Amino acid sequence: MAQLLKTTFLPSSLPRASTVRSPSIHISTHRSRTTQVEAKIREIFMPALSSTMTEGKIVSWVKSEGDKLSKGESVVVVESDKADMDVETFYDGYLAAIMVEEGGVAAVGSAIALLAETEEEIAEARSKASSSSSSAAQPASTSSSAPEPSQTEKIAEPAGPAISKAAAIVGSAVHPASEGGKRVVASPYAKKLAKELKVELERVVGSGPMGRIVAKDVEAAAAAADAAASLAPKVGTTVNPPSGIELGTVVPFTTMQGAVSRNMVESLAVPTFRVGYTITTDALDALYKKIKSKGVTMTALLAKATALALVKHPVINSSCRDGKSFTYNSSINIAVAVAMDGGLLTPVLQDADKVDIYSLSRKWKELVDKARAKQLQPHEYNTGTFTLSNLGMYGVDRFDAILPPGTGAIMAVGASQPTVVATKDGRIGMKNQMQVNVTADHRVIYGADLASFLQTLAKIIEDPKDLTF
Amino acid sequence: MQSSFSLSCSQATTVPRSNYTFDSLPFAPSKPINLRFCGLRREALGFSSLSRSHFRRGLQLHTPTRSKRISASLVDNGSPPKSFDYDLIIIGAGVGGHGAALHAVEKGLKTAIIEGDVVGGTCVNRGCVPSKALLAVSGRMRELQSEHHMKALGLQVSAAGYDRQGVADHANNLASKIRNNLTNSLKALGVDILTGVGTILGPQKVKYGKAGFPDNIVTAKDIIIATGSVPFVPKGVEVDGKTVITSDHALKLEFVPDWIVIVGSGYIGLEFSDVYTALGSEVTFVEALDQLMPGFDPEIGKLAQRVLINPRKIDYHTGVFASKITPAKDGKPVTIELIDAKTKEQKDTLEVDAALIATGRAPFTNGLGLENINVVTQRGFVPVDERMRVIDADGNLVPHLYCIGDANGKMMLAHAASAQGISVVEQITGRDHVLNHLSIPAACFTHPEISMVGLTEPQAREKGETEAFEVSVAKTSFKANTKALAENEGEGLAKLIYRPDTGEILGVHIFGLHAADLIHEASNAIALGTRIQDIKFAVHAHPTLSEVLDELFKSAKLKTAPSMYKLVTEVFNLWGRLKLMFQAR
Repeated sequence: MAQLLKTTFLPSSLPRASTVRSPSIHISTHRSRTTQVEAKIREIFMPALSSTMTEGKIVSWVKSEGDKLSKGESVVVVESDKADMDVETFYDGYLAAIMVEEGGVAAVGSAIALLAETEEEIAEARSKASSSSSSAAQPASTSSSAPEPSQTEKIAEPAGPAISKAAAIVGSAVHPASEGGKRVVASPYAKKLAKELKVELERVVGSGPMGRIVAKDVEAAAAAADAAASLAPKVGTTVNPPSGIELGTVVPFTTMQGAVSRNMVESLAVPTFRVGYTITTDALDALYKKIKSKGVTMTALLAKATALALVKHPVINSSCRDGKSFTYNSSINIAVAVAMDGGLLTPVLQDADKVDIYSLSRKWKELVDKARAKQLQPHEYNTGTFTLSNLGMYGVDRFDAILPPGTGAIMAVGASQPTVVATKDGRIGMKNQMQVNVTADHRVIYGADLASFLQTLAKIIEDPKDLTF
Repeated sequence: MQSSFSLSCSQATTVPRSNYTFDSLPFAPSKPINLRFCGLRREALGFSSLSRSHFRRGLQLHTPTRSKRISASLVDNGSPPKSFDYDLIIIGAGVGGHGAALHAVEKGLKTAIIEGDVVGGTCVNRGCVPSKALLAVSGRMRELQSEHHMKALGLQVSAAGYDRQGVADHANNLASKIRNNLTNSLKALGVDILTGVGTILGPQKVKYGKAGFPDNIVTAKDIIIATGSVPFVPKGVEVDGKTVITSDHALKLEFVPDWIVIVGSGYIGLEFSDVYTALGSEVTFVEALDQLMPGFDPEIGKLAQRVLINPRKIDYHTGVFASKITPAKDGKPVTIELIDAKTKEQKDTLEVDAALIATGRAPFTNGLGLENINVVTQRGFVPVDERMRVIDADGNLVPHLYCIGDANGKMMLAHAASAQGISVVEQITGRDHVLNHLSIPAACFTHPEISMVGLTEPQAREKGETEAFEVSVAKTSFKANTKALAENEGEGLAKLIYRPDTGEILGVHIFGLHAADLIHEASNAIALGTRIQDIKFAVHAHPTLSEVLDELFKSAKLKTAPSMYKLVTEVFNLWGRLKLMFQAR
């Protein structure tokens, strides 16, 4: 037993920002992107209690979040096909976050909790877990372990921790007997559902007797939140061919769509604002024409330009993780939204400021191919620090994007099209222009920051010689 | 009637006893027979009625013979009467009284049973029986609603629904059917059912009567108190029978609330939570102890919580008392104030549609006249020794008075009461008998069921510590049982607590499909003193759920030679055979 269990706690010197969780144990190879956190957060894995065991059910957590663990203490009871076994920790530390709740099923080797070495890291580990635990823990469902869905669903979850819990904002419940709203009166099942659907009961209006929150209120709140998310003009969500849709039916979300839905709801907790800018692209278009034959794509060019602008404006590349501080990311990783069948992915061009345009283009092609084949590794889709979303190819001239939780800003890029403009010398001229619109988290990024960033970006694009070095 | 009466009194015919040997009976050799003219009684003649007189319901008082006898006893100045109306009077016609009466008749005692309410007592009318009817419904509802389960079996069922009145009627019909069966069996055996509230007047003397009617006084050689219990309602709780209810009301199923608080998570609470959640209610448990399901083996409790509580529409507050419960009125919901069980601080207020008080049961011993014989109850319970003999205030045994069932509080289970009753009858018919309470099984009829016999693991370990023996535990899962898997009900655990040195079974706990039916192999083994090394060779039909226990016994690891006992008997047998052989030669 002990031997078996020792394999369950693999040390993985995970840097803070990455929410690397995958069925296989390749975590420790993951590259450290941020340097500011030195200490370790370890993942607790579902142990293999027998040679035939492929998944295990969490019977109960012996310890609860925040408890101090010492080596050899039992942490969790796991049910195998024959018996329930206590799983012990192999490290000292704090049980920071439980990712698979009691009753949940997890594949052997998948993370079920995070272990923080010090107390300070608990919060951080927790935020890390909260952005991903929802997808991993599916209590009583048969398995969330199939590698494909679990990967794709994470693709839709942008890097970084979620900032706050999802909220179905429907109003506030003021129960007549709830002492001015301090106490929430919800039926037992409503409470269970709320936990499952991640609905904050404080924001649900009860329709039961005396304003009590009942199950259907929670369901309605969750549905409303989902609807709000699906209405949001998020890139690529409507690319399903109409032929594949059977009218008059209700089709449940795939895991990826479910993850998107959760993320969209989560994003509502972030105070965002938008700044638009019109950029002349004549020079960029000319450059593109010139180097297109060398395999350079427009996406790569835009990513490169954005990355170069971000170098000068680190605040736009920062994010707010806890509502109290700036997190300045050390790398500039440009995530680019790609429409996929039934969802969207955000492959990440890492260190886009440092990699040359030709390598970047090759990398991009590789990522897109991988994404289509659903073979993206977690660090290839969830480590973005700034997101690009381009609908220009559809002729969209301007739109507005939702900020993925955990990042500071997202830029919506419209089509570049010939526009009649008044030139500086007082003439009327024709120029190719595109509109970009950046959505940013106002807790860390202010209007002037964004404006000067856009100014820099416009300069780079209008004079793109730096893009090719 | 009168003629039969006088006949039976005046005749002193000696009849040979055909059915039973009375060698140990102190006063039995010859008895007057009771000639009766009603057909039913005649049938019963063969095995009952040794009395010289009998009083039945509606019988007039002040018949000459009777008054004479009473005066005779009065002359004795309070000392017990020398001749008795009955050999045995049982106060209370519940399952305990019924069991005792049946056995008494079998032993040839002239028996009467006094009942102030309806025959059958709590179990039949307000307890085990109607609740099983409701649980039968809830079990089916649960099955039909479990799409996942149905699908796994390849079944398709459209939405399951129920008719509340129909369900309530089923429970009610079952209760009245069983009640009639019980009444008829008593009548058929010739047990007199005396209607009225029984009160002990003095040694071997009981009065009974209905309100508004004159009291009757009867005497008996032995008296068994079997008055049972009533739902215990803690103070601060106002029961209105509609929104704040006890199990008595709940079993009538007059309404199915959307949200019901169940105070107490023992058997009763647990079973009702099963019923209510299957019928669509949501349930909140309020438990004073720190853990749900106190009294169950902790491991079984944990598993049961995982299966019976967590996935259902149930939440709970533990470590809290319901200090005040106010029924719904004037459009206000039922309010329940919770205080911390330890600090007594106000913790929370719940507002729900109904509250079920399932905090246990209190003995029903008021008005029993115990003061007439110097017996003081302890929290209402009648103090008894291990043979159910009543102990008076001075610690002395009260002769000829026994108390069985819930009223003595030893083990508040219907079948325990019955077993105690049988034990008492054995004693008064001259065979000493001490009931082993550790061999009495208990069951909770949730879905799946929970059952147990003997000690829990902590109890066994404690006993092992004080008596210096080792305690081992063996477990088997229902997941490995073919029949359980065929039913798609693999969730379950059987646990055996035993002494590895002797093979003695200390306790068995089962949680799983039909656990209540499975426990008896273990309880019988404990009752008969069967050891694991012997029972493990018993054969079980395949494939059956009983193989769970088979495997359980087989998985026990003993530290003794397979069976010293067997070895010794083998040697003796061999010796005997050899001897015979030699003799034959």
